[in-house]
Amino acid sequence: MSAPTAPKFIGAPIRRKEDPRLITGRATYTDDIMLPRMVHVALARSPEAHARIASIDTSAAAAMPGVVEVYSGADLKDVIAPLPCVHSIEDLKEPSHPAVAFEEVRYAGDAVAVVVAESAVQAQDAAREVVVEYEPLPVVVDVVAATAEGSDLVHADIGTNIAFTAVTDVGDVDSAFAGARVVIEERFVNQRQIPIAIEPRAVVADFDAGYDKLTVWSSTQVPHFVRLLLAAVCGHPETKIRVVAPEVGGGFGSKLNFYAEEAIVAYLAKALRRPVKWNGGRTEDILATTHGRDQVCDLSIAADDNGKLLAVRATLYQDLGAYHQLLTPVIPGLTVGMLPGCYTLEHLQVTLHGVFTNKTPTDAYRGAGRPEATFMIERAMDLIARATGKDPVEVRRLNFPAADAFPFTTATGMEYDSGNYQASLDKLLEMVDYDRLRAEQETRRAAGELFGVGLSTYVEICGIGPSAAMTAGGWEACELEVRRTGGIVVKTGISPHGQGQETTFAQIVADGLGVTPDDVEVLHGDTDTCEQGIGTFGSRGQAVGGAALSRCVETIQNKARRIAAHLLEASEDDIVFEAGKLFPRGVPAKAMDFQQIIDAAYVASQLPPEIEPGLSATHFFEPSNFTFPFGAHLAVVAVDKDTGVVTIERYVAVDDCGRVINPMIVEGQLHGGIAQGIAQALYEEAVYDDNGQLLTGSLMDYAVPKATAIPEFELARTETLTPVNPLGAKGVGEAGTIASSAAVINAVVDALSPFDVAHLNMPASPQKVWRAMQGGG
Amino acid sequence: MFPGEFEYHRATSTDEAVRLLADNDGAKLLAGGHSLLPMMKLRLAVPTVLVDIGSIEELAFVRQDNGDLVIGSMTTHADIAASETVAAGHGALAEAAASIGDVQVRNLGTIGGSLAHADPAADYAAAALALDAQIEVLGPDGERSIAAADFFAGLLTTSLAPAELITGVRFPGAGGATSVYEKFAQPASGFAIVGVAAEIKADGGSCAAARIAATGISDRPVRLSQVEAALVGAALDDDGIAAAAEHADAGLTDVRSDMYAAQDYRRHLLGVLVRRAVTRAGS
Amino acid sequence: MTRIKMTRIRMSVNGVEHTHEVEARTLLVHFLRETLGLTGAHVGCETSICGACTVLIGGRAVKSCTRLAVQADGAEITTIEGLASDDELHPLQQSFWDDHGLQCGFCTPGTILAAHDLLTRNADPDDAEIRHALEGNLCRCTGYQNIVKAVRSAAASMREAGGTT
Repeated sequence: MSAPTAPKFIGAPIRRKEDPRLITGRATYTDDIMLPRMVHVALARSPEAHARIASIDTSAAAAMPGVVEVYSGADLKDVIAPLPCVHSIEDLKEPSHPAVAFEEVRYAGDAVAVVVAESAVQAQDAAREVVVEYEPLPVVVDVVAATAEGSDLVHADIGTNIAFTAVTDVGDVDSAFAGARVVIEERFVNQRQIPIAIEPRAVVADFDAGYDKLTVWSSTQVPHFVRLLLAAVCGHPETKIRVVAPEVGGGFGSKLNFYAEEAIVAYLAKALRRPVKWNGGRTEDILATTHGRDQVCDLSIAADDNGKLLAVRATLYQDLGAYHQLLTPVIPGLTVGMLPGCYTLEHLQVTLHGVFTNKTPTDAYRGAGRPEATFMIERAMDLIARATGKDPVEVRRLNFPAADAFPFTTATGMEYDSGNYQASLDKLLEMVDYDRLRAEQETRRAAGELFGVGLSTYVEICGIGPSAAMTAGGWEACELEVRRTGGIVVKTGISPHGQGQETTFAQIVADGLGVTPDDVEVLHGDTDTCEQGIGTFGSRGQAVGGAALSRCVETIQNKARRIAAHLLEASEDDIVFEAGKLFPRGVPAKAMDFQQIIDAAYVASQLPPEIEPGLSATHFFEPSNFTFPFGAHLAVVAVDKDTGVVTIERYVAVDDCGRVINPMIVEGQLHGGIAQGIAQALYEEAVYDDNGQLLTGSLMDYAVPKATAIPEFELARTETLTPVNPLGAKGVGEAGTIASSAAVINAVVDALSPFDVAHLNMPASPQKVWRAMQGGG
Repeated sequence: MFPGEFEYHRATSTDEAVRLLADNDGAKLLAGGHSLLPMMKLRLAVPTVLVDIGSIEELAFVRQDNGDLVIGSMTTHADIAASETVAAGHGALAEAAASIGDVQVRNLGTIGGSLAHADPAADYAAAALALDAQIEVLGPDGERSIAAADFFAGLLTTSLAPAELITGVRFPGAGGATSVYEKFAQPASGFAIVGVAAEIKADGGSCAAARIAATGISDRPVRLSQVEAALVGAALDDDGIAAAAEHADAGLTDVRSDMYAAQDYRRHLLGVLVRRAVTRAGS
Repeated sequence: MTRIKMTRIRMSVNGVEHTHEVEARTLLVHFLRETLGLTGAHVGCETSICGACTVLIGGRAVKSCTRLAVQADGAEITTIEGLASDDELHPLQQSFWDDHGLQCGFCTPGTILAAHDLLTRNADPDDAEIRHALEGNLCRCTGYQNIVKAVRSAAASMREAGGTT
């Protein structure tokens, strides 16, 4: 390999290549697809959280204007297989999850009938006329009560609400607790959240009978999974399915799934021989797109007098909702895995129960299992500080592994790839002038103000992930084609929907091949173009997808050097490829342009037999491990004594996501991530009543933060490369969310210390904070 | 989500609107549409006939009339919030208008539409009550005027007769009093969890007259007469105001409760907002 | 089957006159998207909160999901597709691009148009005023910071260019 030249584009804040179409209204989202002869689907959904379907009458709906066909669940159960769940959990109870319910409904929003009509208006009008007689069954809402002996059951056929119990037991927890001077017990609640990608999910399908080809456009993060699972669920050959994720308006994990509507719309396109569209809008999206978080954890922490963390014991209840969606039971395993956080911990015992309730299924939501862990361990650090009378900074430092301890294996068996937790914390403290901040706190407290400072030193598991630790592959695929004109096409298996890889991948290619980002076209999200892939989630786009691209760039470089060596009659090892020129080492005067090599590769007349024509590469990249980005965040809050309103006065973050390709994009990811963590800390909660009715069923009730509710962020970075991929990039999509909830709540609890409040669960709404001040926290 | 089917009429005059209302059972008026259309999309309202009065230009005005401030019913929240005439003597009204929804909602939503909808958390309701507004209406039997105190009749209910429409809202001149609106907003909808309008006439350092009303607290806006009584003659200092604000929830029954504010917290907020509103209006 | 009564409407959209027959219950956003093919206005909710459907009517930002097409009869409408002139980006479009004011892009057309409304009323807004003016536009990706930055820099470049465009 030639010596790498100084990067020109990697590390530069280049404006995004994807933006011109987005800012001019020319981008095509799924709902923008309008095909000739297209019919529209509306789903009738259960208003009951749990009921037996005594009867269903679709005749009135079928008689409505424009209606093409109406299907009940019974009509579809033999043509659309139950929805799959991908996991490797032993003895997992997997009740059948029909795309359309036919005997029993198990959450408010469960689909019961499918109406197809000439227009969306007609379909929705007719769906209201589907008459269903429900016989109500007992509703299971409380996740802890659902585990009790004799509880009412969500799935009577499996005889329990506990889908699985997983015990992790490392070290000698009992002895550690017995000898501990400090023992703290607390119930931590990570409330249920609704992801609310601003684009509600939509699906369009078309069937070409001549080719027997099914094309499905879906607002998804994982088109290749959708292709695979459509083949499985609808029984159509995978080779004759094309799935397209066109422009996708945000996902945050909620579009990392395989949904009933994808199967229904695909099936209908084939059955009716007409293009079909479903767009549920916000109301259905809130009911029938997976929710996130919803964990209750009874946690005990043992520490010594100095604040050294000794042991953790936990019973964790994950609310799964009514069914397993694609990854539902997998998510809380990430919480258990990351519970030690960025601290040395030898003794840990966790009992994890995955529990069914009569609510919308939960699944991945930005951070997926890791914000829950951070919230608990970072709150635990502050609780230890409180119990030992130490500063939270001091307690954290005491428990960090040394900077030279990496790779560092945790009690839960994670091998942290690289890190320097002291460095990011030091940088943060310097940025905020921590001592002065604490002095200001004293002054303002003395003046009667409620003023709090909260830290969160986090580590996350990203770059998901090595296939050995996944159930359905953790690699990523990429193709790189250098075309005759010198234009370069990247076909990646990731499916970005805001993360900007059309730009960052172009930057990687530009540096690697001596071209400019404008010369590079990055294609994604179409399984006929980018034939293999896993998708965009788990902060893996750059760390795994980018790494696959790096391998392709390397392959092209090598082939270009081989061709140049042949043409220049030099040895391949001697050819330098630098800034778009190839020349024998030390003889730049003999340089050939990369374009000459491209010409030679395609004209091919001068190539020796051992070099194939063409200039393209394909790689599947398999990471050797996850990556473990980390950092230190700090929130400064003021609490209004009268109303309980929390105002974030300052938010400062130091993050380390390894190599940064485009700092502008990295900052954007952090901004959005931090905002979503703040949203969990202060604003959002999906609330169900005792009958399983969602009380936050619209954006009038579910408080997605507005521009006035989010502060300005001050960001800085450290850069510790990961050895697990050739880029050194760790991933950044989830970092902000994983870190920020804990920082904010630690600050709020700190602000409330005059009221002797030890802990507050989320969201720290004005009412909840006010109650805490009344002593009812 | 789409509204149900309805018959659409665009009225070009108030007389035509009244006639259309009278001639069509189940007809509803469509003003800015910002209360009605969301309800129609969710099928919480399914009117069979809509009479659109949004293009009757003579209903959109802000003017002085014999010392009164009169606002046409089709005047938008944005225009009321931006009006110097309104701000000059009726700060509570201007502030209430500015606090509604967001820019887009204020650009189309109208004062007449909002009052007629009678949402229990509507901002104008508190201002109308505190500022002693008269709701001017036109019906098949001609014009009449309804005092704000008699206008709000319960949850989403007013004392408007079936074929009546609001033409304007008349506010007596401030007469040297200052009014403000304080709001504690629900974070998602932007509606008032509690909103308090206070009109205070100060005389030296004490309170000569007070009118205070709250929204969001009950099924309709409420006058806080015990606070008013406690204020009159009292010093407009922290202690005097705090003492009066103690009476904020006195005698209130049927206080609303929801996930954002249970009754006790709502009552508490009411006291806080009364104190803040009176402090600002009295300074 | 009863015949649906249609109403004739006329409006100017991005400077082009359109006359169409619509069902009274047709929402303006669906008319723009489906009848005129202007899919830059997006539908993100049913309750007038998210603002993805924002367009300008007579220069003022409105949520086109809370307006019947018949109510827009006679109106002058600008959608995101009409903001750039002769392929030259509007300063707001330019600054959203330069300042990374968008990620997934779904809220972006509505947000840009709401910001446009603000800048016609206030040529030099501070950050608090910008955030207040964008309360009707939810963004889930950016945390708003770069949106605020983009509006601030667009305001500056528009002031420099001498007024609004």
